[in-house]
Amino acid sequence: MSSMSPARYEPDNRGGPATSGGSASIGKAVKIVGQIFSNEDLYVDGEVEGTVEAMEHKLTIGPNGSVKATVKAREVAVLGSIGGNVEATDKIEIRKDAKLVGDIKTARIIIEDGAYFKGSIDIVKPEPVRAAPKPAQQAAAAPHGNQVSVAAGATENKR
Amino acid sequence: MLLPGPLKGMFRSRGGQPPNGPTQPAGPSRAQAALRGGAAAALLSSRPSRGLEEFFTYIRGRCGLRILDMGGATQKNVTFITDLGHKMYSEDFLQILNDTFGADGTTEQSNPGRIEYFLKQTLNYQEGEFDGVLVWDVLEYLSPALLTAVVERLQHVVRPKSYMLAFFHADDKLDAVPFYTFRIGGANALEVAQNGVRRPAQLFNNRSLEKLFGRFESVKFFLTRERLREVIIKA
Repeated sequence: MSSMSPARYEPDNRGGPATSGGSASIGKAVKIVGQIFSNEDLYVDGEVEGTVEAMEHKLTIGPNGSVKATVKAREVAVLGSIGGNVEATDKIEIRKDAKLVGDIKTARIIIEDGAYFKGSIDIVKPEPVRAAPKPAQQAAAAPHGNQVSVAAGATENKR
Repeated sequence: MLLPGPLKGMFRSRGGQPPNGPTQPAGPSRAQAALRGGAAAALLSSRPSRGLEEFFTYIRGRCGLRILDMGGATQKNVTFITDLGHKMYSEDFLQILNDTFGADGTTEQSNPGRIEYFLKQTLNYQEGEFDGVLVWDVLEYLSPALLTAVVERLQHVVRPKSYMLAFFHADDKLDAVPFYTFRIGGANALEVAQNGVRRPAQLFNNRSLEKLFGRFESVKFFLTRERLREVIIKA
């Protein structure tokens, strides 16, 4: 097993935007100590200590995965073990034989029979998305900044 | 002998073998596997529960309470309690008990050092942290010294005037009792899944329970058809 000194690890996302379905993987023979920020789905089957953030993406802790870290992601699936607080804006799944010791904050949670969990669960319902204002309303409510930019453009035309 | 309801599979050990296996629970690994759900838990019954109904009477209509479930996390319990708007805390008390003392380690349960270590692993919360505790049946598996320490700790971590729900077998002559996973089926309904059979460290009658919780404000009993005492303890 390799071990890295404390470092910041950001998976390469040059393969395309996050929405392309790309994912990064940390193999079971890898240990990372430090901070991980992921802009794509992340699969951890190795060992991680520190923090893991995949705010708009899914984080999966594989059956061999061991994470001692504060975790933030859109969605978290645990098949291995996590020791640390977990925040998932969408949902957390703790699968059979998985182990999670820490406090959870999420919108939804799924706990399979046979999973081990010790900690607190705080269900945070996502705030309803407000409908975008209609164009007429937008114009009426346009902030001073827009007016200033239009006036500046008119001045340039005169020149 | 087959008994109805959740007591199905219960037997009286007389030094021989129970109908379906050894009297003593198998080694810790098997018991732990069972506790973790490695062994299939058999859903035996769904039954009404006056104790649960009473417990939820006190926490219903309020929001943002902190409720501790000592039976380990189950989807139904988490969903039911969080849907009421409460924050749920989960402790797999029996798993930690096994990890600390072994699956049937009642002999070591009087060791002060081990008790102190155990209480660092579980129920390690601030004073008055909880507004309610689902204790279920876990206290039956504690020897007197450990039980006293655990009850004192419970009294410490619950807020005054809050409630705890605990179960005890009503027959105080049993040598082995089934241990269960309790799933909340509704405000007054329990789904009971048997995880195996375990030797209780001690069994209780009403008087001994009143003595055990003597420092709490009140103790209220409900006797079920399955000869379980459901006990509501007010802190």
